[in-house]
Amino acid sequence: MDEVKIIEIKKSIFADNQQDADALRKELKAKGVYLLNLMSAPGSGKTTTLIRTLNLLKDKLHIAVMEADIDSDVDAVKIQEATGIPSIQLHTGGMCHLDAEMTRQGLDNVDLEGIDLVILENVGNLVCPAEFDTGSCRNAMILSVPEGDDKPLKYPLMFSVCDLVVINKTDVMPYFDFDLDKCKEYIRMRNPMAKVIPISAKTGEGVEAFADWLLAEVRNWKNQ
Amino acid sequence: MHELGIVFYIIRDVKEAAAEHHVEHVSGVVMDIGEVSTIVPAYLTDCWRWAADKEDLLRGSELKIHIIPAVTLCGDCQKEYETVRYGKTCPYCQGGNTWLLRGREVEIKEIEVKDNN
Repeated sequence: MDEVKIIEIKKSIFADNQQDADALRKELKAKGVYLLNLMSAPGSGKTTTLIRTLNLLKDKLHIAVMEADIDSDVDAVKIQEATGIPSIQLHTGGMCHLDAEMTRQGLDNVDLEGIDLVILENVGNLVCPAEFDTGSCRNAMILSVPEGDDKPLKYPLMFSVCDLVVINKTDVMPYFDFDLDKCKEYIRMRNPMAKVIPISAKTGEGVEAFADWLLAEVRNWKNQ
Repeated sequence: MHELGIVFYIIRDVKEAAAEHHVEHVSGVVMDIGEVSTIVPAYLTDCWRWAADKEDLLRGSELKIHIIPAVTLCGDCQKEYETVRYGKTCPYCQGGNTWLLRGREVEIKEIEVKDNN
């Protein structure tokens, strides 16, 4: 019988990604570029929210957008048409999330000269993207009212890695049993530091607060 | 849900380790997987079979999964307890000031190589 030789490895498969992410953040800091990793479930209104928000910010900041999806370029086209902001589409080749290396490859295709803010719209998914640090300066997520106020209990990791939770579609709150206070309480149980901003991307209510948060974040990142 | 992606990372790291140790064929890979790592072991081994058999280095190799039980520490009473059974609330003092100590690992523990390699 063949003898089996054991080679000890003891290495987390996330270790390389963490290193890549930290290196990318350092580079972005040196260039004065702020990268926001925006996550959510499919259909939460990420793209509509972005269009509203970017239209408020585009005279104040130089912005670029990276859309990550498994396939198609509908989001990148929509953003570029509605805001005039350069948008590129990343395809993850079947992967359910972006990692730091894929994010870097995406950024290599963006002209970062003079850019203040890059928004990365991650793959619509509340599970996998939470596991992988993309190298972004901050993580934000959009939870929409029809998804339910109990989502922080069901997807704890996603809520614990996010610095900001935007609650979208507040205009339809009367039609759903969505308790905003309860939802905020569930978010705080997972992440006491998370900021919560309720908005309606459809009516525009609250979008200014999200834009102000982003503007302050970008200025802070550059001046720190 | 993202087991295939995880398998691609494992293959990348095993290839690196094999090159470093001048190994031409790997017969087994042993993983330490935390109980609350969000990985479903059966999916991981299914994805492994599909992806590993496409690589000369890993053809026919077995992915062995060693589960690490999840343990949470209570910051209030300093006791440890089983995460899966009690969740985020300490069963001793009912406090919510608790931290996961172990159970999220996704680690390559070791690789196995038949000696006639």
